[in-house]
Amino acid sequence: MNRKGIETLVGFFVLLGVAALVFLALKAANLSSFSGGETYTLSAKFDNIGGLKVRAPVRSAGVVVGRVASIALDAKTYQGVVRLDMQSSMQFPSDSSARILTSGLLGDQYIGIEAGAEDKMFAAGDVIKQTQSAIVLESLISQFLFSKAADAGASPAPAASGAKK
Amino acid sequence: MGWLAAIGRYVIESLRALGHHAFFFWELLRTLPTSLRRPFFSVAQVHALGNLSLLVILSSGLAVGFVLALQTYYALVTYGAADSVGLVVNLSLVRELGPVVTALLFAGRAGTSLTAEIGLMKAGEQLAAMELMAVDPKSRVLAPRFIGGVIAMPVLALLFSAVGILGAYVVGVLLIGLDPGNFWSAMENGVDVRRDLGNGIIKSIVFGVICSFVAVYQGFEAKATPEGVARATTRTVVISSLAVLASDFLLTALMFSAR
Repeated sequence: MNRKGIETLVGFFVLLGVAALVFLALKAANLSSFSGGETYTLSAKFDNIGGLKVRAPVRSAGVVVGRVASIALDAKTYQGVVRLDMQSSMQFPSDSSARILTSGLLGDQYIGIEAGAEDKMFAAGDVIKQTQSAIVLESLISQFLFSKAADAGASPAPAASGAKK
Repeated sequence: MGWLAAIGRYVIESLRALGHHAFFFWELLRTLPTSLRRPFFSVAQVHALGNLSLLVILSSGLAVGFVLALQTYYALVTYGAADSVGLVVNLSLVRELGPVVTALLFAGRAGTSLTAEIGLMKAGEQLAAMELMAVDPKSRVLAPRFIGGVIAMPVLALLFSAVGILGAYVVGVLLIGLDPGNFWSAMENGVDVRRDLGNGIIKSIVFGVICSFVAVYQGFEAKATPEGVARATTRTVVISSLAVLASDFLLTALMFSAR
């Protein structure tokens, strides 16, 4: 094959590779949705972050508006400090609240933001004051069991003491 | 005392072989600028190693995508998570299977041809003739093949992953009947461009360096006999496959451990 032909074929080959890269990046990864772009940082303190992970989505009304940037432990209050990278186009009132929620029964955890009513918006670096921790399944079950046990202990107790007499 | 000497000899020989590889690699790198002055030699090698490997890479990528989609579907449907089939296939292809399987196929399809070609050039004393004409065979013969392999490998790995995902789409969405919207959006949410795709590309470049270097080295160091070339070709496949698998484990541990 002559030189021109080989060069054309190699050009075709490389273009095919670039097309594959574009396909993988745009269609099969998150480059097209939210990644990069202008962001501002908020932080929130939770008593328990559960299974929240870095890069988990931040959603408001189910729509992704940001990502979890980092998770650390506050050495003084022993609370989990979560930094959020929020899309700059999304502003929230300064009395908005953050909750750690789970998508589906066994799905990944994400942060849900519920907009407040305040006129003032969050500025970059602000702390979300109202937070609600992740629901830990074990503590939920033990709470349920304890309350059941308390109910069971409260109601048959008079009957048992009556039977003794 | 004989066995003690045997151990010592073995260690010394291994170290000497390692040093020989390192010096050879360094000399190969030094000739790269010279051989890049005539880029057509490398372009022709991209054609020989890349274009002509397209058929085997694309068809195996498609087959791997088909099978992965089917198997993950059977496993995930019991947990009601069949929508993540696309995500699982995508992550395993882009992170692991794309670079690794491409490298193994490349070693078998292109590495062997490199070794055999260079070995026969040596057996036919073409390399010696070049040296007599004051042409460095490293920069004229070896370096373009090395460059061609390093360029071809990431492109092939990307194509492998892309075709595999299309194969998963065919099986998952068109045959099984998963929802196409969930299929693609699970991918978009779960796959990170830099962390998953970028690391996969870095892997395939490293594998390209490994496979091309092993093939070129084995060809150049082959005994100049028919048996020597045959043995060198076998060694190319064995050594590059093992090196790819070992370095894949190291790279994975390095790339995906830090969260």
